[in-house]
Amino acid sequence: MKLVYFAWVRERIGKDSETVVLPEGISTVAELLRWLKGRGEGYAAALDQPNVIRVAINHQHVDHDMPLPAEGEIALFPPMTGG
Amino acid sequence: MTAGCEPFVRVQAGDFQIADEIDRLVSGRPEIGAVVSFSGRCRDEGGRLAALELEHYPGMAEAEIGRIAREAASRWGLSGLTIIHRFGRIMPGENIVLVVTASPHRRAALEAADFLMDYLKSRAPFWKKEHLADGESGGWVAAKAEDENALERWRE
Repeated sequence: MKLVYFAWVRERIGKDSETVVLPEGISTVAELLRWLKGRGEGYAAALDQPNVIRVAINHQHVDHDMPLPAEGEIALFPPMTGG
Repeated sequence: MTAGCEPFVRVQAGDFQIADEIDRLVSGRPEIGAVVSFSGRCRDEGGRLAALELEHYPGMAEAEIGRIAREAASRWGLSGLTIIHRFGRIMPGENIVLVVTASPHRRAALEAADFLMDYLKSRAPFWKKEHLADGESGGWVAAKAEDENALERWRE
């Protein structure tokens, strides 16, 4: 699974993308965020308040209860400040 | 619900010419009676700000703006729609975003432009980082609750 990060999520995690193999039992966005948060200090800092993190799967906004796809690109980022 | 036009969407580092974009949208289209253009610019925040750095999500930025644009074009039956959003380093006084809506009558063009800017603020994957005049990096601009709340009034 390819993960991509933007803005302060990217800065705190310390990389802009990575490919991960998800352990058994991680099947929703919320579970992915919980699992990632335990991967180290940067992840913990980025995902301290998972409810503020916005997620897109294959370039589409999704809610945290969305099941993860079998493959594709999952993006984690802060609330957007476009316009 | 009218079908609406096919929107013209660009995500680019470079600047744009507002007058040229309006001309491109309406020239040779005598059925268009109303054109609204909104351009968002980088403020200097009273001299505090040296520049904004706009990070974006390539691929999704185009896709998401396209989805928002098609929704507006269809909902207001627009005759023409152009959206241009810049990324990268933008200096105070420079353009950041352009929305041009065209329709036979003014109400649709005005409302659609308002809707589009509300949605671009909170749904288009862009993030602004401030660079301060004193050479410091000022950090990421926080999203405003009022921008998110602004979307509520468009829910049908």
